[in-house]
Amino acid sequence: MPSTTQSPQISLGPVLYYWTREHYADFYREAADWPVDIVTLGETVCSRRRDMKLDDWLGIGRELSQSGKQVVLASQTLIESEADLRDLRKLCDNGDFIVEANDQSALQRLSSARLPFIAGAALNLYNPATLGVMARAGMQRWQVPVEMSREDLARLIDDCHQTGVSQPCEVFAYGHLPLAWSSRCFTARRHQKPKDRCQFVCQQYPEGLALRSQEAHDVFTLNGIQTLSGACQDLRHELSAMTEMGVSVARLSPRATGMAEVVNAFDQARHGKLPAPDPLALVDAEMCDGYWYGRPGMDNSRTQAG
Amino acid sequence: MELVCPAGNLPALKRAVNEGADAVYFGFQNTTNARQFAGLNFTDKRAHEGIDYAHAHGKRVFCAINTYPQPDGWQQWTRAVDQAVELGVDALILADMGLLDYATRHHPNVARHLSVQGSATSHEALKFYHEQFGIKRAVLPRVLSITQVRDLAKQTPVELEVFAFGSLCIMAEGRCYLSSYLTGESPNTRGVCSPAAHVRWEETPQGLESRLNGVLIDRYADGERAGYPTLCKGRFEVDGETYHAIEEPTSLNTLELLPELKGLGISAVKIEGRQRSPAYVSKVASIWRQALDRLEEAPDRFHPDSAWMAGLAELSEGATTTLGAYERRWK
Repeated sequence: MPSTTQSPQISLGPVLYYWTREHYADFYREAADWPVDIVTLGETVCSRRRDMKLDDWLGIGRELSQSGKQVVLASQTLIESEADLRDLRKLCDNGDFIVEANDQSALQRLSSARLPFIAGAALNLYNPATLGVMARAGMQRWQVPVEMSREDLARLIDDCHQTGVSQPCEVFAYGHLPLAWSSRCFTARRHQKPKDRCQFVCQQYPEGLALRSQEAHDVFTLNGIQTLSGACQDLRHELSAMTEMGVSVARLSPRATGMAEVVNAFDQARHGKLPAPDPLALVDAEMCDGYWYGRPGMDNSRTQAG
Repeated sequence: MELVCPAGNLPALKRAVNEGADAVYFGFQNTTNARQFAGLNFTDKRAHEGIDYAHAHGKRVFCAINTYPQPDGWQQWTRAVDQAVELGVDALILADMGLLDYATRHHPNVARHLSVQGSATSHEALKFYHEQFGIKRAVLPRVLSITQVRDLAKQTPVELEVFAFGSLCIMAEGRCYLSSYLTGESPNTRGVCSPAAHVRWEETPQGLESRLNGVLIDRYADGERAGYPTLCKGRFEVDGETYHAIEEPTSLNTLELLPELKGLGISAVKIEGRQRSPAYVSKVASIWRQALDRLEEAPDRFHPDSAWMAGLAELSEGATTTLGAYERRWK
């Protein structure tokens, strides 16, 4: 299915889990050679995860930049304290890389400093009027809300073009979907530790902690204060549809193992080389794509009827 | 401090006003508000009657239009805003930035309150909404500790309203997509969480089971008190343990924090529960009115009456209450 428009760029989202310094370093050293166009760095989940400082991210960013990647620094999604705001200010004022704004605190810092930004998925950008507000505030690219369907997105992109909002958009195409943020840490709760003395137990789970129903169905994945989907979204087979709709970027969310294979599979797919549908081949996890088809997010069109 | 009470229908609105609410909030009968329940909410005519009733008693009325306008329904949301303004509401409770922008441009003189669904958790976020849309007040998410509320209250450019009593959302409101992941419908898109149409109850040899779109949320032994299967309040298995992995069924009750909230300059306390019965709203409003009056008389000597606490516990989910995130160790 050759398309007249350009195939989407591939971006690597921020690592949502808490890894060790060595793990991040190894991961991004490898990523420098992967066929990804954009890499988003930074800690978006919990301010207590302090192994990586802003300077560390900037260092990794410069190396990736030298390897030809566009680098983005992502802000924390749930801002709660004055300390969080201080870190946010430093991030916004980094001077080197564009920032992905994941809450209105970041929007305020960036728009008042007249800095361009990427609008994150948790900003809830569902309609052209909201995207118009963002465009006037300095938005360069935006992320589609995780729960938006293909049909709604196609309409939204068309309507945006008609109202003169033409910034490119990015779809969460691969990974466990970020679905909620709380002030409570669910990983610490499992270990019966208070959040303030969590002993960073989430670092023991480089791909999160599975939350299952009493029938052993993977419902959600606990990642500190964040809750992710239990199944892994995979829209590899939708890249050509995305291209036709006008989606510019497909985001892949990092996992601890097998990420090079995931990236390669998407790179092949965007060049029209799709292997036979085998959603379980890449990783050992339930797959889902329900949101894309306007259904419950956990649904999998490849295994379920209707 | 203003007492803001829920009005899911006209009888509840009247009971709230009679029992001492300073303001009531309501929504229309469609997906434009975050409590879209069958048989709940207001037609144009009922809203008119309710607003007349409240205004005749010197009380204010807010209209919640706090879901996110979907790509195929922008006009439905702007129509709700226009309709609320024509009805003469005292404030609009909004979350979506595009809809806030619309209200700012088309109805600059009608007060705009930022809904809890707008997820503003810092004074910088409040500044954003204030500078962009001139909001007068913001309702704070239930994720902040009292220390964090204090820091925020020092620098806020707008009035603050905090949740006082009712169901407890444990996730940052407006940024929780758990419900649509399981059912296809969420607070943001459809104004519902864990919607009743997807709930199934079943007696099985293992016990009474509650399911949400087929997913087992909880299973109850004989004699155990069964609660509505809100997805975050079920019992799940994590690493070999089965427990309330996200949150217990419990209600927020901040009665004992009243002197502190007043000291911080909080403008209003909000009672959750437009989906509750008029009798519930009436009892809760009455207790909180007494508490606020007592607070005004002697803020230094305020202590929650044990009868109030017992009355509120009776009306709570799982018959227990918590200070939630206001109390640091809850986290």
